[in-house]
Amino acid sequence: MKKTIITVVGKDTVGIIAKVCTYLAENKVNILDISQTIVQDYFNMMMIVDANNSTKPFGELSDELTSIGTEIGVQIKVQQEDIFNSMHRI
Amino acid sequence: MINIFEVNETNKMIEHENLDVRTITLGISLLDCIDSDLDKVNENIYNKITNVAKDLVSTGAQIEKEYGIPIVNKRISVTPIALVGGAACKTPDDFVTIAKTLDKVAHEVGVNFIGGYSALVSKGMTTADENLIRSIPKALATTERVCSSINVGSTKTGINMDAVKLMGEIIVETAEYTKERDSIGCAKLVVFCNAPDDNPFMAGAFHGVTEADAIINVGVSGPGVVRTALKKARGENFEVLCETIKKTAFKITRVGQLVAQEASKRLGIPFGIIDLSLAPTPAVGDSVADILQEIGLERVGAPGTTAALALLNDQVKKGGVMASSYVGGLSGAFIPVSEDQGMIDAVTAGALTLEKLEAMTCVCSVGLDMIAIPGDTKATTISGIIADEVAIGMINQKTTAVRLIPVIGKGVGETVEFGGLLGYAPVMPVNTFACDAFVNRGGRIPAPIHSFKN
Repeated sequence: MKKTIITVVGKDTVGIIAKVCTYLAENKVNILDISQTIVQDYFNMMMIVDANNSTKPFGELSDELTSIGTEIGVQIKVQQEDIFNSMHRI
Repeated sequence: MINIFEVNETNKMIEHENLDVRTITLGISLLDCIDSDLDKVNENIYNKITNVAKDLVSTGAQIEKEYGIPIVNKRISVTPIALVGGAACKTPDDFVTIAKTLDKVAHEVGVNFIGGYSALVSKGMTTADENLIRSIPKALATTERVCSSINVGSTKTGINMDAVKLMGEIIVETAEYTKERDSIGCAKLVVFCNAPDDNPFMAGAFHGVTEADAIINVGVSGPGVVRTALKKARGENFEVLCETIKKTAFKITRVGQLVAQEASKRLGIPFGIIDLSLAPTPAVGDSVADILQEIGLERVGAPGTTAALALLNDQVKKGGVMASSYVGGLSGAFIPVSEDQGMIDAVTAGALTLEKLEAMTCVCSVGLDMIAIPGDTKATTISGIIADEVAIGMINQKTTAVRLIPVIGKGVGETVEFGGLLGYAPVMPVNTFACDAFVNRGGRIPAPIHSFKN
C-alpha cells in the first residue's frame, strides 16, 4: 500500500488537528498514524495516511491542504512516503 | 515505519539547505535522423525530439509535487550534431540551421537547455567536425538554449592540438559574437578531455554513441546539506569528517535515485545513471567553497585547498556509489567560479587564482569552469590554458573541461553578470607570457604511457 506523509509545522493554535482531520475524513483519506511534538514553541505534526481511496487526485489534495494551512497560519506539506524511505532506509 | 524526526530531517534539507535534484536530463539518440538532405535532417530532428520529450517537463513537475523535492532543471542531450549533420551540412552555416532547430524544440518542449551541439575530435577532425566547430560562434549567438561541447583529447588517444588551437580561436570569436551580452555565448561552450557519454550536466551534456535510443540521467546536488552536516563535525578528526560526508552524500543520492527511477517508469524510458555531483548555485549556502571553508580553510585557495577538495570529492563518491544502482557522468564536486558565491568571494578577496584553480581540477570532477578572463586575452593563451587542463585529464585518466569566458571590453577587477544559475563573476587575471610557438606547432600530443606511474 502506498502511504502518504502529511507534515504540519507552525505556530500552535486551537483546532489545527481538527481542521486537518475533518478535511481528510471528507475526502476519504484514512489516518494510519499521528505523531506530534512542540519544538521551540512550534507545533510539529506528522501524519501517515492512506490516500489510495481518496476521491481526489494527489495534486488536488496537496493543493487544498496547503491552502487550509495558509488559512490557519501553518505550513502543510503532503509527500509520498517513498522519499523518506529512500533516504532513511537501506 | 518512518518517524517524525526522519521526516523533519529530510524536509529541513529541502527547505533550509537547498537540497534539490539539479537536473533530469533526457538523452536522445539522433542517429536515425541522419539524411543527406538538410531540410529533411532538421525535420527529422524536430519530430524525434518533440515526440520523445513531449512529457518530460510535465512528468518532472508531477514528481516534484508528489515528493516535495524541487527538480530544478529538465533538459535534453542529443547525439553529437557533427555526426548527425555530417552527411547534410557542407558549410558551417548549414550546421547553424540545426542549432536553430534544436533551440526551437527546446522552447517547445519547455526544457531550459539542450546539449549536444558537439564534436568528438580527440584524435582527428573530419570535415563535418571542423564545420561544426567553426559554426559554434554563430550558433551560440543566434540561439538561446543550445549548449556546445568539444572533446579534444583522451587518455587513449592523446591530445588533438590542432583542435586545441582552433578552440582557442573559436572561444574568442564566440565572445565577440555575444559581446553585447557580456560574451555569454562562451558560458554555453565547454572543451573536454575524456568527455563522458552520459553526463546530465550542462553545458557539457551530449548523448554518446554508446548509449541507447533514449535514456534518463539524473544529476543530484546538495552542497548546502553537506555543509550543514559538517557544522556538527567541527573540531573532529578526519575519520569523523569523512564519515559525515559519506553519510550525507548517501542520503542526497538516494533522493536522486528515487527521482530517476520514477521518471524512468513514468516516461517509459530506461534509467541510465545518477551523476553524484555537488553542484553549487549562486544561492547563498548552496556552495562547494563553503564546504571547503567548513572543513577548515579561511578561504578557498589557501594552502590545504587541494587536499580538502580531494577528500571531499572522494567521500562524495564513496557515499553516493552505494546509494545508486548506476553511477556515471561527471560525479564529484564541481568548482565553477561564477555559480558559487564562496568561490566568487575567494577570488574577490585575492585568495583564489587561476593557477590554484588548475591545481584543484586535478582532484575535482571537472575543470576550469565558468571563469571570466580579460576580453583582450589572446586566442593562443586560451589554447595554452586548454592544453594544460586537457593534459591533466589525459595523464590522470579523468574528465577535465574548460569553460572560460573572455569578456570583451572588460578587464581584471570588473564584474560580469550572466544571470540565473550562471551567476556573476569577477574577471580574473591570466598569465600574459606567450605560448604561441607551442600552440602553433600543429599535430597531436601522443597518448600517454600507462605504466611507470610517478
